[in-house]
Formats: sequence, structure tokens, C-alpha cells
Amino acid sequence: MSCSVPHRLCCSSVIISVYSAGVIVRGSGKAFFASCNPKICVVGSGPAGFYTAQHLIKVCRLHVVSFSAFSSFQARQDAEVDIYERLPVPFGLVRFGVAPDHPEVKNVINTFTQTAKQSRCSFYGNVNVGKDVSIEELQQAYHAVVLSYGAEGNRTMGVPGEQLAGVYSAQNFVGWYNGLPSCQELNPDLSCETAVILGQGNVALDIARILLSPVDILKKTDITQPTLEALERSQIRNVLIIGRRGPLQIACTIKELREMVNLPDTRPEMVAADFNGVAEALKDVPRPRKRLTELMLKTALDTPGEKEQERRNKASRSWGFRFFRSPVEVLGDPDSMRVVGIRLAVNRLEVDGARAVLTGEVEDVKCGLVISSIGYKSVPIDPSVPFDSRKAIVPNNMGRVQHVSGLYCSGWLKTGPTGVIATTMNNSFDTARSLVEDIDSGTLDVSISKPGSQSISALLEKRGVKPVSFSDWEKIDNAEMKKGEASGKPREKLLSVEEMLRVVQT
Amino acid sequence: MAASAAVRSSMGLTLRLSRVIPVCSTCPLYRLNICGNSAASLQRRGSFDSIRTINRHLQTSIGLYQIEEGSSNAEDPDDVVNIVYIDRSGQRIPVKAKVGDNVLYLAHKHGIDLEGACEASLACSTCQVYVSDAHFDKLPEPVEREDDMLDMAPMLQENSRLGCQIILTPELDGMELTLPKVTRNFYVDGHVPKPH
Repeated sequence: MSCSVPHRLCCSSVIISVYSAGVIVRGSGKAFFASCNPKICVVGSGPAGFYTAQHLIKVCRLHVVSFSAFSSFQARQDAEVDIYERLPVPFGLVRFGVAPDHPEVKNVINTFTQTAKQSRCSFYGNVNVGKDVSIEELQQAYHAVVLSYGAEGNRTMGVPGEQLAGVYSAQNFVGWYNGLPSCQELNPDLSCETAVILGQGNVALDIARILLSPVDILKKTDITQPTLEALERSQIRNVLIIGRRGPLQIACTIKELREMVNLPDTRPEMVAADFNGVAEALKDVPRPRKRLTELMLKTALDTPGEKEQERRNKASRSWGFRFFRSPVEVLGDPDSMRVVGIRLAVNRLEVDGARAVLTGEVEDVKCGLVISSIGYKSVPIDPSVPFDSRKAIVPNNMGRVQHVSGLYCSGWLKTGPTGVIATTMNNSFDTARSLVEDIDSGTLDVSISKPGSQSISALLEKRGVKPVSFSDWEKIDNAEMKKGEASGKPREKLLSVEEMLRVVQT
Repeated sequence: MAASAAVRSSMGLTLRLSRVIPVCSTCPLYRLNICGNSAASLQRRGSFDSIRTINRHLQTSIGLYQIEEGSSNAEDPDDVVNIVYIDRSGQRIPVKAKVGDNVLYLAHKHGIDLEGACEASLACSTCQVYVSDAHFDKLPEPVEREDDMLDMAPMLQENSRLGCQIILTPELDGMELTLPKVTRNFYVDGHVPKPH
């Protein structure tokens, strides 16, 4: 059924027509209006997807409210938002990225759950967009498609030896300890004494913390059981966190640094010379950078008080930053093809600190585990979607995908993989605003009725794909929490898609 | 009049609002818009009470929102704290609150778009507000964890605080809290994109 009143007319600024439209709403109009509600689909159920959906639903409702009070003559209809997710479980990096010992960050799941439970929002898990259903098919079914599938690839070091056993990408390593089904085969060998992490962002610090935390602390988190067992056997005593540039350019934030500084049973081991001139440069830097650097300086250079000194002396493990170093080659044992060390080039900074340049000097560090944490990277999902492979983002103008009307993007796919949850939230609200603006201006035509999930569900059924609904997810959620209860954990994650689907079917 | 009454009841307007509407419906057409605006802002607040507070705060780890129920209904005039939120569109939203109210949950109660992703557990900075200068110094110093979170806040200013950490006291009467206007082109690294 198609809507008989074009949307532009619905939005008419003629008072009389609004008045009568209001009466229609009250009378028989519900079904009539429902048929031309904007139908929007969001691809990916991480923070970007959920925050975009939240804003779309909220903004549209707000306007209906004000319409009812005659304040505005825009009759913006309730948007219906369907969220598609490749896995049977929602929340993306909140579930699979946020460190298990940061449960407070995961509180945002409560807000997302509220969004998912709105009558105008539906969750379709276990649907692989780009494979089970194409973007073009989604575009035919929906007025607008928002891509929020994040950054599942990772930047590679591009050095020889990267393929050796014992070298992992941060992404896979994090996926492993957080229970991402595709990373469960990783089984990293933690039998060495020294681990090297390349990169100094928050992900690098998360990994260092997980490697060094007393297992008794991690036991109370939702870290996976296999990870816990591997960490119990771990021989790692020393973690080096390596960056190309200096202390003033470090990418982590202060919360994560402070956690390292205070990590029980570990002591920081820095190289004092790395901090030459840093204190002097601090005067003119913005507050966040200043506080972060001050904490680093204090940790690296200050003589600790008696109590802290005693704590450090007793610690059985250590960690430290190493600055001005770039990986040149991962060194392997020719027989076992396992990593035994890493060759680092020594850098110096150009005057403005923006770029590290090689000095020609190299040094070798012995280690049995190398984790490259030099950044995530979005990957293209469908040949019909423009993709800037240099920046690894979908080229867009405030969330509007360039040259493709009705297609939007939000989150890391839109900006690149940086920022904390507040950043992704703002970025996603912005995309939602762009979309709503386009509806209002008529740039996005919502006058023709679209079938939405109806036609997609039919397609999926034909293709043998069984979507997982939000209430299905709640079954998985309950099963996981119950499983965790037995071992005193908030949850024990199910580690394979098959296992998740089995729970759904019970 | 009949039509407006019908619409009113069908849309579930609040009692407060229905006192406003009859005036509006009798005023000349050109004034409709103006009357409607005030009606809408009332309605928005009223309706959000029920929408936004459903189960959002049930799992907060810190007991900061004991004030959730019954705030803004202070019986003792000494307990009343009048503050003003200034939302992202610049609209001023005066709120009659009471001593002990938490600025984040107070905002939710009044339908003001202040997110609280981590539910007041000091693990995000989504509830950042700018505090009016006259009141900024009256607030207790932020704890280290709040400062750490503020460091991650987009559009950080000298008068930034996390809403979830501000508990109203009598001396905060008259405080103005501005929600950061996150610009459309905000990037973490300060990069300003060129227009296309």
C-alpha cells in the first residue's frame, strides 16, 4: 500500500491542513500514517548503530509531540528503525572491545536495551549484510540505510616476520579475551617472559593490563574462561609498550595510564632519558595532555615514597613505555617459526613532534609475544558503497555518503577508528541529524511507502538465514549470566555462533 | 474548539497543558505558533518524565540518584534550588529542584538531552556540562576520576564538570548549566574538515 498523501504535503505549512491532519491522526489515521513512516535501517549494532537509532527515534517522536501541540507545522512521522547485526548478539565493541575489567563502561548497554525495546525499533541479529543481503536490497526496502559497522580490520606493521607464530593483531587478541567467536582459535602462547606491544593507545594499555593483572581480579570479570586459564599459566613477567614518537605524543588517555600505574603486583620501568625536555614543553599544552604527561613524568622520574617503593620492590611483574622506536623486523626462530625478538629502529622527532624520522640506529629486543596495536581499520562491505581505501572510511559529508542518496554512515566508519564513547555518541547523533534534516528538506524522499523489514525478512527466509530478535538475544543474555553465576562472574560469554543459536532455539 | 479538544485528548496532553491550550485555540491564527511553543515545551517535559526514566538508572553502581522520585516537589522552601539548563539549541529550561538532586538525573526527569552512558559510574564523559562562572567555584573540587574523565570530554572547557557528579546545595541556587554544543564538524584531534 502506498501513502496517498505525499510527504511534502504532510509537512505543509498551511495551518488548515495541519489541523485536519491532526484530526486524521486522532481518527482513523494511525494505519494511514503508519504506511508512510520513514523506514530506516542501521547496519551494525555497536555504539554507533545504537546511538544513531536512539536519536532517530527520539527526534521523530519529539516532533510528533510538538505537532500535537500546534507549535510546529512539521508533521514528521515516527521513524521505524531496524538494526541489522552480523552476530546473534548486539552491542559490538561494548561487548567485544571494552575491557572485561571495565564493567562501568558497559552500563551503556542499558540505554541501548531501552532503545531496542521501543516498539519502533527492531533488532535483526545473525544477518550478514553484504553477504546474506546486499546494500542495494536494503536500499530498496528502506528509505534510508545507515552504515555503522565500525572498523573490523587492522592496520598492519608491514614488516618482515609479521606472520610468525606469536605475532598477533591487537584486534584479534582483544577479540580472543572478550569472546569474539571468530577469534577463539587464537590460543596465544604466553609461555615467554617478555611481551612487546606496538602502539601506545588505550587498546595497547588494555592488553598490557590484561596480560599483567593478577588473575584473581580478572576472575570476577566477564573475561572468557579459556583466557582465564591461559593467563593462569602465563609466564609473562614484563610488558614493553612501544611507540614511534615521544611521551608528548602518546595516544592513551589518563584513566588507562593511571590503571597501569596502580596495577597490583606490577612496577613501572621507564627509561628516564626518554623524558628529557618533556617537563619544559608542558607549559603550553592543553589540559588533558598536560595531566597525562605529568602522571607519566611522576611515574618515570619521581622517587617514590616509602610505601610505593616497597610495593614496587615486591611486585613480580613489570611494564614500561619505550619511546622513539619503530618496528623493522620481527625476528623468528628458523626451526619453530616462532617469534624470538623484534628489531626496532631508533627514531628522533622532527621539531614540531609531528613526525618520527629514522636515525639509522637499530636495537633488538628479546620477546616471545608481539602484539601490534597500531590502529583499527574499516573495510568495505559492498562494492556499491563508495570507500576511501587510503583513509579507510566511507567518504561522507556529515554522515551523508557522498554521491549516494539515502545512504548514511556513522561511528568509526565515518570518522576513522579514534575516540571514546562520547565521541562516537556525538558523531552518531550528528548523522541522525543529517538524516532527519534530509527528510525535512525533501532531499530524502519518504513519500513512497517502503516495505522495510517485511521484504528483507522474506529474502532472508528464502536464503535460509534465521534472524535473531532482541528477545532471542535476551535468552542468550540470561543463559550467559546464569552460566557466569556458577563461577562468580557477571557472565560467561558463549563463544561460538552455533552455541548462541542453540540457546535461541531452546 | 471542538477539534482542538479532540486532538488534545487524543494526544494525551497533561493537565498543565490543557490549561494553556484554550487560550491558544481562541487566539488569532498568527499567534498559534507562539502559543504552541510554550505549550510544546511544557508538553515535552511532561511526556519525557514517563519516557525517559523507565529503567535507565536501575543498575547504577553509585547511589547518587536517591533523589529521583519526588524531586522538584520540595515542600520546604529552604530546600528549593532553582537552576537553569541551557540545551544544545540554546533554549533556557528553568528547573525548580531541591537540595540533594543530581544534575544528570534531574535533567532526565525534565526531558533534557543529557546522556549518561555509564550511569554515573565515572567511566565516560557523556554528561559534561558547562557551569556558570558564579557557581563553578562553589562546587566541591572534582575527584581525580572525574578529572580523568573530563580529560576525554569533547569540547572541554575550564568550567566543564560531569553532570552526574553535581549534587545540588542551597548555594547553587541560580546556577546555569549549559550543554556543550557539539559542532557538526568536531573531530578529536581538532582537525577542521574543508567544505566539500
